[in-house]
Amino acid sequence: MSNLIKFKIDGVECMAEAGTYIIEAAKKNGVYIPTLCNMPNLKPKGSCRICTVKINGRLMTSCTTPVADGMEIESTSAEISELRKSIIELLFVSGNHFCPSCEKSGNCELQALGYLYQMMVPRFPFDFPVKGIDASSPKIIKDQNRCILCKRCIKSIKDAEDRSFFAFRGRGNHLEVVLDAELASTMTDAQAEEAMRNCPVGSIIVKEKGFAIPIGKRKFDHNPIGSNVKV
Amino acid sequence: MSKPILATTSLAGCFGCHMSILDIDERILTLIELVEFNKSPVDDIKTFTKPVDIGIIEGGCCNSENVEVLRSFRKNCKILISLGECAIMGGLPALRNGIPIEECLHEAYIGGPTVQLNTDHILPNDDELPMLLDRVYPCHEIVKIDYFLPGCPPRADLIWDALVALITGDPLKLPYEVVKFD
Repeated sequence: MSNLIKFKIDGVECMAEAGTYIIEAAKKNGVYIPTLCNMPNLKPKGSCRICTVKINGRLMTSCTTPVADGMEIESTSAEISELRKSIIELLFVSGNHFCPSCEKSGNCELQALGYLYQMMVPRFPFDFPVKGIDASSPKIIKDQNRCILCKRCIKSIKDAEDRSFFAFRGRGNHLEVVLDAELASTMTDAQAEEAMRNCPVGSIIVKEKGFAIPIGKRKFDHNPIGSNVKV
Repeated sequence: MSKPILATTSLAGCFGCHMSILDIDERILTLIELVEFNKSPVDDIKTFTKPVDIGIIEGGCCNSENVEVLRSFRKNCKILISLGECAIMGGLPALRNGIPIEECLHEAYIGGPTVQLNTDHILPNDDELPMLLDRVYPCHEIVKIDYFLPGCPPRADLIWDALVALITGDPLKLPYEVVKFD
């Protein structure tokens, strides 16, 4: 514990071990910084940008930036909140996110962030892209309409030989996360459940399991996302 | 001062948002003390008879009639509110966005598994019928909308609080549990 350093988040004194990523260090100090792509035990990617904070006048992703001694981090300023809200709005308009008919509604991290930042309507025009749904594998449905390309499933759901069940296919606007058909036939129930749990949206749905939890008892029905982090 | 005047309509919606207005329960007695209704399914007034203060829109725009009604609301109302997911983002009717109109009509009237009586394979084409739009549009992509109340349907408490705040000029509190997208 000798390499404990001091830093500040929004003026509040925090302590963490040197080298800890800001998002993790903040969590240990009871400060919630939102993320859609980061997960404990996975190498951070800094891809969703929701965890953006301001350090020394510069915008940095807190999942890829380690804390440094004396660092002053800005995370809840109006500027940062507005930036995060605009990213959420962009995600909502760039996919087909029909919350009322989605199995993940109430347990969806993207939706929960919409609630947290009080998104009443996205400021951008809706794109309504044409996307497909792959229901060919025995355990899960992969709905591209809802995918936000966070890569959590690619990085976290692997078989005994460390092969990913999911992979990127295509480039640019056509980029999508697809399921390896051959590997998918070997997917266990536990792996399917974990894939659905790790997906921040409703893009991975375990078959015959939709709407299992009634409205009012779902994860984000009463408690805002991140409220379990607060001290 | 005379009472503020309220108008409501359901475009490409399911009337669920109007049901949620009724879901304010006994507060509806207070509501009729606070406002006067004009064009609305609530009192069945079909056309605007005077300038309206607050117009509430349920549902998005899926056909030419929806667009016409929405534009008449914009013209006759000082303030317009998009009520519910369909008005805000198209909602379930917008699931057809991305599917060509011809395919939609074919599925509904000719090829669909429950189509049995249309043996002459007729697609509705009467001049009296409103034309379907190429896709379903959120209301704010057709006219300017002043406020948005999300939900499917928006919680009765959200509708009530928003209306009271608008009428009294008090700030609107938004408790976590009233703003939901489903």
